Amino acid sequence: MLEHFSYFITVFLMMAGLFIVIARGNLIKKLIGLSIFQTSVYLLYIAPGKLVGGTAPILATQFSTYSNPLPHVLILTAIVVGVATLALGLAIAVRIREAYGTIEEDEILTLDHTVEVAEAQSAEARGGS
Amino acid sequence: MIIDVLLILMAISVLILMRLRNLFAAVVLLGIYSFLMATVLVALDAVDVAMTEAAVGAGVSTVLLLGALLLCKSSEAKPVHKPWLPLTVAVSTGVLLVYGAWGLPDFSDPQAPIHQHVAPRYLQNEVDVPNVVTAVLASFRGFDTLGETTVVFTAGAGIIALLRRRQRVDKDRKNGA
Repeated sequence: MLEHFSYFITVFLMMAGLFIVIARGNLIKKLIGLSIFQTSVYLLYIAPGKLVGGTAPILATQFSTYSNPLPHVLILTAIVVGVATLALGLAIAVRIREAYGTIEEDEILTLDHTVEVAEAQSAEARGGS
Repeated sequence: MIIDVLLILMAISVLILMRLRNLFAAVVLLGIYSFLMATVLVALDAVDVAMTEAAVGAGVSTVLLLGALLLCKSSEAKPVHKPWLPLTVAVSTGVLLVYGAWGLPDFSDPQAPIHQHVAPRYLQNEVDVPNVVTAVLASFRGFDTLGETTVVFTAGAGIIALLRRRQRVDKDRKNGA
């Protein structure tokens, strides 16, 4: 049980992120959930590489046990990519706010629906005349 | 163990974050969460990743989110429907993942496959750089960084394309007035 504790916390954080992404209608809150999900993946990669009694993988003569450096390299890349996607998502949210005046998903869908209904009605009126 | 305590603190901060309606508080709590993650990474011997997470995850992300909040409203509307469906999806996926996690090697098991594959070779100091993470990043896996740069460039181009229209509209509005 305790040997797998870090995995269980990882799963919890991941599912909390997923829940926020699905359940919350606010676009910025969704992006916060997405970055929690991403951060939990860092933990999923780094935790198995740790060796108790090992040190950070910087070679020196007085140490012989090092933690695995490969997950560190992969996650360094993932962090930078994560912030790039977050920035792009926020730019889209700002753009949506300008176009619709709101970043709540429900209100955006209602606005879209109203426009569709109005268009259908005007097309019908044109067809009738 | 210190790692377990920090992990529990992270779980608590995420639980509070799920319930918060004020987006400003949520962003600040996300910064705290990122710093906790950076501390956990130090405890897990990933010092380079911890530095990047503290600077980029807790620093730049918070600044970006606060910038977006400045342009949008900073409080969240009350949800219209009950969150039963998302809760079911999240809990059932979580149960499946926990079931899968039982099959993973124990924490800090030196016989785990991850420590048997390419890691021993990386630790032999073939390229004469004492920091192994730098050596792997630059010498063994250079194409990863090329791919990363491509993603960052694409994201930057996308952001400019999305937000440039805005400045033009502002200018037109000013000229019209």
